Amino acid sequence: MQEQVGTLVREDPRPAKPAAGSRARQVARAAMGRWSLRSVALLYLGLMVALPTAAVVIRGFGGGLAALKEALDAPGAHQALMLSVGLAALTAVINAVLGTVVAYVLVRYRFVGRGVLSTLVDIPFAVPTLVTGVMLVALYGPNSLVGGFFIDHGFQIIFARPGILLALLFVTLPLVVRTVQPVLHQLDLAEEEAARVLGASRWVTFRKVVLPHLRSAVVAGGLLSFARAIGEYGAVVILSGNLLNKTLTAPVFIYQLISDFKPDAAAAVATLLFGLSFTLVLVTERLTRGRPA
Amino acid sequence: MSTQGELRPARLSAPTRKRLVHGGLIAVALVYVGTLVLAPLVGITWAATRAGWHTWSATFADPTARHAYVLTGVITLVTVVVTAILGVVVALVLSRDLFPGRGLLSAVADLPIAISPVIVGLMAVLLFGTGGWFESWFSARGIRILFAVPSIAIVTLFICIPFVIREVTPILQELGTEEEQAAKTLGATSLQTFFRVTLPNIRWGLLYGIALSTARAIGEVGAVVVVSGLIAGQTETATLFILRAFDQFHDETGYVVALTLAMVSIVLLAGIEIFKHREEKELSR
Amino acid sequence: MTVNGSVDTGVASGIKVRHLDKHFGSFHAVKDVSFAAEDGKITAILGPSGSGKSTVLRMIAGLERPDGGEITITGDEQTWVPVQERRVGFVFQHYALFRHMTVRNNVAFGLAIRKERKPEIGKRVDELLELVQLAPFADRYPDQLSGGQRQRVALARALAPRPRVLLLDEPFGALDARVRQELRRWLDDLHRELGVTSLLVTHDQEEALELANEVVVMHHGRIEQIGTPDDVYNRPASPFVAGFIGSANVIEGRVEGDHLRFGNHVMSGAATHLANGAVAHAYIRPIDVRITEDDSNGAYRATVERVNNLGPSSKIRFRLTDGQPLLADLPNEVLPILEAGQQVLLDLRNVKVFESESEDELGALEEPVAAP
Repeated sequence: MQEQVGTLVREDPRPAKPAAGSRARQVARAAMGRWSLRSVALLYLGLMVALPTAAVVIRGFGGGLAALKEALDAPGAHQALMLSVGLAALTAVINAVLGTVVAYVLVRYRFVGRGVLSTLVDIPFAVPTLVTGVMLVALYGPNSLVGGFFIDHGFQIIFARPGILLALLFVTLPLVVRTVQPVLHQLDLAEEEAARVLGASRWVTFRKVVLPHLRSAVVAGGLLSFARAIGEYGAVVILSGNLLNKTLTAPVFIYQLISDFKPDAAAAVATLLFGLSFTLVLVTERLTRGRPA
Repeated sequence: MSTQGELRPARLSAPTRKRLVHGGLIAVALVYVGTLVLAPLVGITWAATRAGWHTWSATFADPTARHAYVLTGVITLVTVVVTAILGVVVALVLSRDLFPGRGLLSAVADLPIAISPVIVGLMAVLLFGTGGWFESWFSARGIRILFAVPSIAIVTLFICIPFVIREVTPILQELGTEEEQAAKTLGATSLQTFFRVTLPNIRWGLLYGIALSTARAIGEVGAVVVVSGLIAGQTETATLFILRAFDQFHDETGYVVALTLAMVSIVLLAGIEIFKHREEKELSR
Repeated sequence: MTVNGSVDTGVASGIKVRHLDKHFGSFHAVKDVSFAAEDGKITAILGPSGSGKSTVLRMIAGLERPDGGEITITGDEQTWVPVQERRVGFVFQHYALFRHMTVRNNVAFGLAIRKERKPEIGKRVDELLELVQLAPFADRYPDQLSGGQRQRVALARALAPRPRVLLLDEPFGALDARVRQELRRWLDDLHRELGVTSLLVTHDQEEALELANEVVVMHHGRIEQIGTPDDVYNRPASPFVAGFIGSANVIEGRVEGDHLRFGNHVMSGAATHLANGAVAHAYIRPIDVRITEDDSNGAYRATVERVNNLGPSSKIRFRLTDGQPLLADLPNEVLPILEAGQQVLLDLRNVKVFESESEDELGALEEPVAAP
């Protein structure tokens, strides 16, 4: 046993490498490894993301603020932007409320169909946006199951704002639900139980104990929805009819400017749109990452 | 105790009230998600099946339709492979390499999410179109970027960049580097350590990110419609095909292709759910 | 018992460390550390958190790069050799097992990397699993094992590629008390069997004193003392060591000639080596506070304040006439019956007196120290 054990550690035919390393070589080698990875990352993102973004912003501000204003005064620009902002805001609010309800239901309750509900919530992440538009046309269009019914009653869904709103709600649904869910998961039930024991009703408990914790997540989800909705193209283009002042959203408007060979005007509107949504995404990052434990 | 015979309105008992509230909330959630998501799926299945068998077979026989599917497939494959590999590199740098400007790099990686796809198309026009920054370099060598397949690949790449990065970075941060350090003390080189220790540890997050990029690449239309030139049979992706079908009032063909894409994305969704579930299980270990 | 043990023993084995230095940004973590870990023995680096002990160990392993100094392992200079080539075994506090590999594959890792032949690997893994008594768990995953089992796997994994030395970074720190004791005994047995040169970093002095052949005490990046467990316990070289190892009563006083004056009392002959008028601290272990009948030799009058009987021993709190508290921890067989309020005579043995340095040189005591 002694011999066997002895070989467990000591014997090794290979001698250790002679002291080959020198300080300079080791330092250089480590630095090279680190920098090669770093430069790949910087090159990738710099070339693929930063550069193109700069191109739009520079072109957008290229003629100075005066040219920007002139481009924005072009016919249709105001209306398109206002429509997009308005619809996106409505989308954000509706999904903030109902999305929170869905998240709450998914986290707190057990019921038949919970798994199905959860999967349905993720569908907008998987389905192409254009297909979303097509589905809505199939469902609510003039020749469809349901659409005929609505039109007969004078209620236009497709080629009108309600259709666009439905499309935007579809596309942004998971954004709120999946932002609020993890926060709900981590909530300590003990706080709510304490409130109930002290006599608070269910609604008051929700408002005063649960909601404050959820607030930043709900707002973050809402902002993400807004940013997404304001830039949505695929789901909107098929069912909007592109009627100026009625259903022409900003992204579709930008597309029209591009196909009309007006890249400067397009860049101007684009810069505005992009600036808005980028700021929102940054704020959202701050809200979701800077949460206290 | 007060005046006899006065009828008090019956109040529901507390447990009944609780059940009503719960039931009400669940009903609201189910109705909302049902009408918003499930109904349209039903709608398109109905419309596509109503199109009839002959439309289906005609569409599959159509060479332009076939080409559209193949083009979408190739673009998706290239996009997913590139963004997966380089995404992991970026995730490694963001989570482990501490250098000034790391926050900026992270913000740049998130940028594509905030940009409307049409604007992405505009970017390509500004870079590769007439008078664009790089236009002369490429046209001098006879390479077409805009209104040709390369531009489709470039814009789709741009849009899919964040997915793998956003999924893998937090996992790497959570895991720390101890296992890698242990591997090194046992004699593993950096490459061996990456393939034997790091990669297996991030695999679910990576797969989730890949599934999300695949879905996004297949569905991309806003940027592609700007840059592709819409040449049927050459630069028309599946989504562009659908657009053209509706434009030319071939609604039924449009429904058929749309439902095909929807079915592919449902399959992807299954993958997404599984990978997401596994990733969450990993993080809670 | 020297502060910096002799390093040039001329024997080309074990681990030798000379003038190691390390900064993290502006923080000077390791300051001119030199010591030797003898071949085949267990050496412990003992110190509180932040003392730099883990950093020293990691530099020896190659996981951190020193800013200055030399590291020699079994005669080979390793200071700038990459970690992969050093052939050291390293055991982490939180095991660092490869979560996606079975126990078997974890242990085999170091051998698989070297592309050894499969049958050889299998044989060796089985050998090691037998040694750590985990053979039935070979196909389990780390998250199916308890903390103690995981650490044993980590040890087997570190030993598999036949390392020259074994480095352990607070190996039992993440385990609960009972498991810690068990594994301590088990490591002791293992070391007896294998005889690997081992360097153990710990903040648990009981562990260090029980396991190690030699103890290196570190504080604030510097070495305070190197010696056997007996040396550092009974002949502390600095106030820090006196206070850190074992518990101690600390009494502050002033040097008067050869004596130490504190409160109303004088400790004669206690301060022969100190400068007159200086402030100094006397360290007395609770086991060295004895009750005596003999009033002649400078015994101290005290009142019994509180007695806690803990079974085989008792903790007693005394108070001297000027209010100075003293804690005693004595086996019951040497104690008479004591009651609160009783007057006794105390004899203080093995008193170590050091000139005062800074506040944090004082070691930890269970009860607050009274100011003079």
